[in-house]
Amino acid sequence: MTALIQASGLTILRPGGSETVLQGVDFQIRPGEIVTVVGPNGSGKSSLVRALLGHMPLAAGHVERKSGLRIGYVPQRVQVDTTIPMTVRRFLSLPLRVSDGDAARALARTGVEGLEARQLTQLSGGQFQRVLLARALLHDPQLLVLDEPTQGLDQPGIVAFYKLIEEVRRQTGAAVLMVSHDLLVVMRASDRVICLNGHVCCEGTPQHVSSAPEYRALFGAEAEGTLALYRHHHDHDHDHHHHAGAH
Amino acid sequence: MLDDFFMRAMLAGLGIAAVAGPLGSFVVWRRMAYFGDATAHAAMLGVAVSLAFQISIYAGTTLVAAAMAVTISGLVTRGQSMDTMLGVLSHSALAIGLVAISFVPQARSDLSAYLFGDILAVGRGDLALIWAGAAGVLALLAWRWQRLLTASLNEELAMAAGIDPRVERLVLSIALAVVVALSIRVVGSLLISAMLIVPAAAARGLSRSPERMVGNAVLIAALAVMGGLTASLYLDTPAGPSIITAAAAFFAFSQVFRRA
Repeated sequence: MTALIQASGLTILRPGGSETVLQGVDFQIRPGEIVTVVGPNGSGKSSLVRALLGHMPLAAGHVERKSGLRIGYVPQRVQVDTTIPMTVRRFLSLPLRVSDGDAARALARTGVEGLEARQLTQLSGGQFQRVLLARALLHDPQLLVLDEPTQGLDQPGIVAFYKLIEEVRRQTGAAVLMVSHDLLVVMRASDRVICLNGHVCCEGTPQHVSSAPEYRALFGAEAEGTLALYRHHHDHDHDHHHHAGAH
Repeated sequence: MLDDFFMRAMLAGLGIAAVAGPLGSFVVWRRMAYFGDATAHAAMLGVAVSLAFQISIYAGTTLVAAAMAVTISGLVTRGQSMDTMLGVLSHSALAIGLVAISFVPQARSDLSAYLFGDILAVGRGDLALIWAGAAGVLALLAWRWQRLLTASLNEELAMAAGIDPRVERLVLSIALAVVVALSIRVVGSLLISAMLIVPAAAARGLSRSPERMVGNAVLIAALAVMGGLTASLYLDTPAGPSIITAAAAFFAFSQVFRRA
């Protein structure tokens, strides 16, 4: 299988400075794969995603996207200004217009059917994230990129959102690249985890990463929780074709 | 019909209203009110430049306003602290413009015409320029409508769709400069940004989609022009400020009947 995005030696500088945000990061994502990037605040997670999308200048390295790659993107902290009146239906038609049928189907797929006439600013946090996901799904993406998609959701909302992501992957076969800090839940939903802190600390199956010393050094007590989870529920390897650990 | 100064004034005002609706909506959506002010104030400097070099007021104000708009737009991209910077640029442009005009002897007497507009003195040539310019700006906004709207809503979403937000910002800056130049005879440098913001702000509360808001803003601006001009005729009040007063009345009214 050829990778959807292949990147090597990515180095990114802080805007206007010489300090590096990311140093020598290699990355790839293959069709149908769910890859999650975890890391502390300021570890360069969002910069990595934006570099992969081509929104950020590189100091070194290169990114190769499969030609004609269709990406559905949910950026971090989308804030819709109350000064713009915008219904859910109108939002789905930006920037490419879609038919009412396609809009309704996308909303139904993410569990927010019938919200077309609602103003974006009147949606709850969970509804808004699902509308963003519906919009990202509209043009039959081969890759979904979700940057902290569960920010502002409560615990049941987070669990339900990741279930939805897995379901979408199953139905559409789209690969998913997520940035997240919901360690416990994300570990369960991912095929591969990349632990980032300015560089790739460790990488591999959730099981591998959760027992890696680098990961545990970064996340401390929270990491113990995910490790315990894997000892109890995931002590089998269910994903044979993914290599464990680039370390 | 065009022989009547009042009819020419009315048509000039309606031309500005047609373009102030959509452009003013963008100014409100992108929180560019101060940006609009600075660009409009730069028009005074444009007037001074035009008089000094004896070029058309429209050309001079468009150039200087465009230079100001593009400068501010560049500063925004570099993430400077905008509030103070815009305050400095806006008022400096106005002050420098007023000082510069004082060196042009024949202009000193018409100062208030540039500050507050002189819509009743609009001639056929002005009228043709206003409508042609307005049509050009409307065509530009219509052409890039979906892209402008996406970039105004969220720059990351726009970039993901292959839209360069800097290009859309530049398009709006140029459109703003042209509208400022067209409006200087109608409402004057000091009230141009009011003409942009007040009808759009009034329309916000009455509209559930961006297109409705634009339509309502055009309607409100047109009613303000007609109401303000008619009032100024009967009450012998200054025309430009009367138009803005009428728009402000619509705004107050719209706050009572907010829907969304």
